Amino acid sequence: MKQVTATGQTVEDAVQSALKQLNTTRDQATIEVIDEGKKGLLGVFGSKPAIVKVSVVDSPVKQAEKYLKNIADQLGVEAEVLTSEKDNEITFQLSGEKIAILIGKRGQTLNALQYLLQLIINKNSDKFYTVIVDAEGYRERRKQTLVQLANRLADKAVATRKEVSLEPMPSYERKIIHTALQNNKKITTHSHGTEPNRHVVIKP
Amino acid sequence: MKALIESIVTPLVDYPKDIVITEKEEEHKLVYHLSVHPEDVGKVIGKNGRIAKAIRTVVYAASSDSKKRIYLDIM
Repeated sequence: MKQVTATGQTVEDAVQSALKQLNTTRDQATIEVIDEGKKGLLGVFGSKPAIVKVSVVDSPVKQAEKYLKNIADQLGVEAEVLTSEKDNEITFQLSGEKIAILIGKRGQTLNALQYLLQLIINKNSDKFYTVIVDAEGYRERRKQTLVQLANRLADKAVATRKEVSLEPMPSYERKIIHTALQNNKKITTHSHGTEPNRHVVIKP
Repeated sequence: MKALIESIVTPLVDYPKDIVITEKEEEHKLVYHLSVHPEDVGKVIGKNGRIAKAIRTVVYAASSDSKKRIYLDIM
């Protein structure tokens, strides 16, 4: 955390000068007034300058990025983090060698990290953000796999005229399946069970 | 490993100073015990243990190259 102490004739002057030194804006900083200063007699005798301490707070997104990097480091993975923000959606793109450790079996480590980051970001901010953590295009690859799987199992359901249950998946993966089969008139899909065992059922 | 658990948990809680992690070595497993400030318990366990599960998943990912199985006890 960067921090400076500045002086000025009034508190406002001091704050402005501190913000200038830190090259930041007021909403990204915390301001602590140490001395309000005194005007003094006729502005000459016994005047005291105002003193303020201003420190820059990292935005929640920046903090989350550091957190992610820190964890990757401790797992022995050298990962680059690319952060992008669009409306209320924050995406962290991870890339590097040994990234498989961060993805885990069926993306479970990636999903866990995503959940933790979402908590941390929303804990320190007043707006609600959705967080997506992706590694080396994993989400897109997984989406293609799921769409293929959905189509294959839909055919199976039609051929056997029996319901087909899929394995439990997180909500956005189920959504991919539902969306993929939305226009298939031969079957209907619904989700069954309670989290974390909620899964898609394809019904002919 | 202790440092990893600590850095995962710290931003989640309101009283980071009260995080205590102890390590115990048993025959085939390493047991880490995590305890936090009483008001923070909910923040590391979560609804239906969702947060606890996420923390464990990340911690277990780190154990892939160590021979001993790792367990994480919370509270």
